[in-house]
Amino acid sequence: MSEAVLSAAPARREGATGEALTAWALGLPAVLAYLVLLLLPTLAAILLAFTDYELGAPAFAWIGLDNFSELLRDRGFAQALRNTVFYVAVVTPGSILGALALALLIEAGTRGRTLFRAVFFLPVVSLTVAMASAWQYLLHPSIGPLNAVLRQVGIDGPAWLSSSDTVMWSLAAIGIWENLGFNLVLFLAGLTAIPREMYAAAEVDGAPSAWERFRLVTWPMLGPTTLFVLTITMIRSVRVFDTVKVLTQGGPNRASEVLLHAMYLEGFTYFRLGYSAAITLVFLAIVLALMWLQTRVLDKRVHYG
Amino acid sequence: MGVIVTGIVVEKVTRHFAGQPVLKGVSLAVAAGEFVALVGPSGCGKSTLMRLIAGIDRPDGGRILINGRDVTALRPAARNVAMVFQSYALYPHLTVAENIAVPLSMRRMGVAQRLPLIGRIWPGSRAARRGIAEDVRSAALALGLTNLLERRPSQLSGGQRQRVALARAIVRQPAAFLMDEPLSNLDAALRVHTRREIVEIHRRAGAATLYVTHDQSEALTMADRVAVMQAGEILQVASPRAIYADPDDLRVATFIGSPRINTLPAEIDGHGLTRVAGFPTGVRLCGAERITGAATLALRPEDLYLADGGIPATAEGLEFLGESLLLHARHVGTGTALVVRLPPELVPDLPPGSRVTLGFDPARALLFDARGRRLRDTAVVPEPSLV
Ligand SMILES: Nc1ncnc2c1ncn2[C@@H]1O[C@H](COP(=O)(O)OP(=O)(O)O)[C@@H](O)[C@H]1O
Ligand SMILES: [Mg+2]
Repeated sequence: MSEAVLSAAPARREGATGEALTAWALGLPAVLAYLVLLLLPTLAAILLAFTDYELGAPAFAWIGLDNFSELLRDRGFAQALRNTVFYVAVVTPGSILGALALALLIEAGTRGRTLFRAVFFLPVVSLTVAMASAWQYLLHPSIGPLNAVLRQVGIDGPAWLSSSDTVMWSLAAIGIWENLGFNLVLFLAGLTAIPREMYAAAEVDGAPSAWERFRLVTWPMLGPTTLFVLTITMIRSVRVFDTVKVLTQGGPNRASEVLLHAMYLEGFTYFRLGYSAAITLVFLAIVLALMWLQTRVLDKRVHYG
Repeated sequence: MGVIVTGIVVEKVTRHFAGQPVLKGVSLAVAAGEFVALVGPSGCGKSTLMRLIAGIDRPDGGRILINGRDVTALRPAARNVAMVFQSYALYPHLTVAENIAVPLSMRRMGVAQRLPLIGRIWPGSRAARRGIAEDVRSAALALGLTNLLERRPSQLSGGQRQRVALARAIVRQPAAFLMDEPLSNLDAALRVHTRREIVEIHRRAGAATLYVTHDQSEALTMADRVAVMQAGEILQVASPRAIYADPDDLRVATFIGSPRINTLPAEIDGHGLTRVAGFPTGVRLCGAERITGAATLALRPEDLYLADGGIPATAEGLEFLGESLLLHARHVGTGTALVVRLPPELVPDLPPGSRVTLGFDPARALLFDARGRRLRDTAVVPEPSLV
């Protein structure tokens, strides 16, 4: 037995080298794609952020942290950052709590699961740009149905998308509508995975109300799902861009400027690629911080290991 | 009238799922302090009956009484029954102590007192919490969980989780205990050990206990009485001994006992004499039950032996079990498969295909009519071959 192992060992080592080569060869396309499409552009963006490069300029200079110190002084950027934080702070709880409530209602009902799931998932699969024009019509100050309804009850509705008081709320409402269906489907899957016996046990243990059963069973057992939904929704809403681009272009007077739209303006309208890359880095830092928060901090609290 | 029946009483309970009857009028009584095992094959409706008694589900017909009170329309919380689930159903985010405390805090504390932060300072909650902690400690002590109180269920072994589920059930001294296959997720050695513990817990708690299992050896070893269920009906409720030796129904006889009881197609003639493929068995049917025609004669494997005269069979193989030896054979007249339990020291030279004759004591044979009902009024014919 042991002799066989001894004599087989060198052959195994040779085999291992061959195996490693094969593995690298098979992995090569993916590795190349990762390098060319993901890692190099990111590196390029990081490098660009420390230059004054402008598209079409014959040369560029290393300017160190100048782009970042300009960001600190840039009132427009500060406004974009504030608006993005506001957007995330409204869309995340709104679409998570809304989706959770809807999922619980759908799960408790006996019929129409598939129908409701499809109805609420529709915004996710539909093209935001196309849907944005529908929203433009709905929210139009004079011909929009929303203000028409408000007029019926004697309220003079605002110009939802062109007043700086309401524009971020309107965009956030559209954001909730966009994210709700996605979160709903995730919550429905999470609810299905909770064993029926847990609810039976809670009832036999004397949980007197639906709220008590939610507190004792649903909420804790939905923890991992909720964490995932939370992370995904935050990252998705930090990335808000297309509704802003189509509906407001950051206006009126930068009242709806957000991070990615500011980056887009700097890079593709003013061609200040270096400055735009600096904004991208800020954006990346935010996303990475959110992911770190998930894996390091919250994960421990929802997996009861 | 006037006598309050304590324990669990189930009266003519029916339940349908999607038009399919799952319980077809089940009646069963478990007295206070009694341990009844409900045994039957998978899918026969055992869990459905349990859920109805616990109140997790409602019957389509019939009544359920607990300690004399009609609870058919009551919610589980109002019934004061405890249930141990097959999957244990422990709360994963709570520690062992918190899991055991759940039934108590649900009963003894108000909604506000149970809240995480406000609950601590709410009037009266300190006294309630102290009482709960004491009861949790004594339940944990009874099940040897004292050292595990701060752990989470995921940090426990299967056997330990099972104990936590039991502790959560006994902590509030329920009127009735329901256990749905509580041992089926444990390994064989732990299962045998835990059987005794559960019986012990039942003795100390003294509540009416209904224990569901598909494992007949669990039912026979643990219970005061065994209820055999099949296809939504309870066939017989009797002591383990009576269920084994004196079954009411052919389905009970074939379900209980391993290896399965031998069944031979038989004929009863006008004198009540029973023959198997023309061979007189020495069993005579007498009295009021007198019927003629097709019947079934059943014999436990240990009631057959190798003899010079008897029913003819062809040997098919031997199986050594340690404490006994099983002979597999086939009845010559009818082709029925037979199993004979022989003493292990007897090592007969029986190559497959060899002819044997199997003797039996007619007094130990069980006779059933064509519909499987037991014919009890039988007598032994002194010398069958002369009749
Ligand atoms: N909620 C339900 N809906 C439909 N059929 C059910 C439901 N619960 C149980 N059944 C059916 O009832 C039968 C008995 O189930 P169960 O009581 O769980 O059996 P056991 O516990 O004896 O194995 C099974 O055929 C099962 O498919
Ligand atoms: Mg079952």
